[in-house]
Amino acid sequence: MKRIVEKKTRQGANPPKFAAHPTVPHDEAKDLLLLQFVEHLRQNRMQLCEEWIEHIAQAELLTGMSKEETFTEATSVYDNYVEALESGSVEALQAYARTLCERVIPRGGETHEVVEIVLLLRDTLARSLLRKYQNDFKVFNIVLDAYEPAANRIANAVAVSFVQQQEEAIRRLSTPVLQVRERLLILPIIGVLDTRRARQLTEQLLRGIRDKRAKVVVVDITGVPTIDSKVANHLVQTVEASRLMGASVIITGMSSEIAQTLVTLGVDLSKVNAVGDLQGGIEEAERLLGYEVLRDPPCAGTEGHTGEKYASTHS
Amino acid sequence: MADESRINIRNPAEIVTARQQGRILAVQLGFDGSELTVIATAISEIARNILEHAKDGEVVISRCNHRKRYGICVVARDFGPGIADIDQAMQYGYSTHKGLGIGLPGTKLLMDEFHIMSVVGQGTTVTMKKWRH
Amino acid sequence: MQVPILKQGNYLIASVQSALSDDDLRLLRDDLSDRVGRFRSTGVIIDVTALDVIDSFATRTLQSVAQMLKLRGAYTVIVGIRPDVAFVMVQLGLTLADVGAALDLEEALEHLNNRRRRNLYEHRAKDTGEAGRLGRAGSSPNRPGLSPSRANRRADREGQPRSGHASPRSMEHGR
Repeated sequence: MKRIVEKKTRQGANPPKFAAHPTVPHDEAKDLLLLQFVEHLRQNRMQLCEEWIEHIAQAELLTGMSKEETFTEATSVYDNYVEALESGSVEALQAYARTLCERVIPRGGETHEVVEIVLLLRDTLARSLLRKYQNDFKVFNIVLDAYEPAANRIANAVAVSFVQQQEEAIRRLSTPVLQVRERLLILPIIGVLDTRRARQLTEQLLRGIRDKRAKVVVVDITGVPTIDSKVANHLVQTVEASRLMGASVIITGMSSEIAQTLVTLGVDLSKVNAVGDLQGGIEEAERLLGYEVLRDPPCAGTEGHTGEKYASTHS
Repeated sequence: MADESRINIRNPAEIVTARQQGRILAVQLGFDGSELTVIATAISEIARNILEHAKDGEVVISRCNHRKRYGICVVARDFGPGIADIDQAMQYGYSTHKGLGIGLPGTKLLMDEFHIMSVVGQGTTVTMKKWRH
Repeated sequence: MQVPILKQGNYLIASVQSALSDDDLRLLRDDLSDRVGRFRSTGVIIDVTALDVIDSFATRTLQSVAQMLKLRGAYTVIVGIRPDVAFVMVQLGLTLADVGAALDLEEALEHLNNRRRRNLYEHRAKDTGEAGRLGRAGSSPNRPGLSPSRANRRADREGQPRSGHASPRSMEHGR
């Protein structure tokens, strides 16, 4: 982020320099020079790759990988990178970086290492740029202006793609729908609930209700620190939607903070069935289901005899 | 890929056609399960709105792009009486007909973008978008 | 397209096959209303598994059908609302008040049997309409001293056993 800000200030200071080239519109000049530079990068591929790998070794990154492996991966990243510089499309590089991560992590590497080597590549190429244009400072500035935003965008895109990937993985991990008894599901929620996660949770729960033919669902929010009005309303919606599918929801583990928030926010709680803790919730759910377990296989035509058993309860 | 489909809305059967077309395009754009239902329901609501208030109109469903994002765009146009007070019409629970008063405000909740423009005596245009995330 | 209606004991089962037009719905409403009277049905199941969209119009219509049937003495259970559809419905604020909901036909029949049971044992003296409200999640206005949820749970519990004696008798009524 910081780099982008720096670059912007520099760009702001630059225009007078461009004004010195009135014959060529500088956007066009930029593009042209960037393409020239890309060509230069292609021609000096091996040399630059080796330089870059040296930097990687110096920074003690990717130590878990052999020289050959590092070289193969590095040339691949290099080609993708140059491609992205030329086309402006970072998708292929993002995808590649993800698969690279999958290869690096089992070897003891980490995501940040992949991001760092991409940053190193950016700097290696910037050095090469300086070497190429050191005699013509004006041109150097123009190429740098074209190169920097593109390079930053690539680094940024790669980093963001990892964050998204991890968020996705965490999300999937953090909302398991568990079946504890026949027709009884438990949904323990841990961590902060944002709207997106709440939405995903609801979808998973509703699918779980249908797939597992659930009749009662216990949603445990012991692990949820806070809640806002949007998420609170979402919870209520989840309860409602479950009802539309014929299942009732018991919410357990509501902290006093959350309870207070809900009341203060004026969330409509008339439909919410809350029980103190998960244990109580499961007991309640089992009580609900216990009577069902006793029933004959349900079918309208064949009325069971279990009614006898309960006759005393009712009279 | 058909980039745009235009469906006249003059009877209830055409509402069904409109939402089916919307679903087809949404599938092509890569929307998944619950989003497809969201889009189809939103189209159904605004098409129903045309039928109830103007009797005659059209729904145009197309792909839309904005910078790197893309999504589905639905435009519902009618030449009916128009809406005098849009703020009131967009209030949850308000309805001139016997409806639940949920159609338009509810649809707004479903979509990412929702604009309504109306001139009394000339008609109403609703434009709504849902982006691929 | 006309919605086929089956009679199963005390109950009627209507399976909605495709997207309903206004006329279809009107037909369904009149048909159900007529048969509820003719067969003295106490419960109606409307299966909407085939519907991929339930918008505010459809909800309004289903709700008004249910309310009308309630006045005719039958309780309505909607069956087969898909997960996606349920989620969109609540986002729109549609909740199908006065209507029961169940996962599938089996569940719905159980739901109706439980309800009958409840009515017979607990509300013999009360009218069906009042007792009907007990069947809905989280609302039981006529049970002082109990939280809504508890009352509901208790009601469910008490209602669980199959109506061993009561049902066959009343089924004969239906025929």
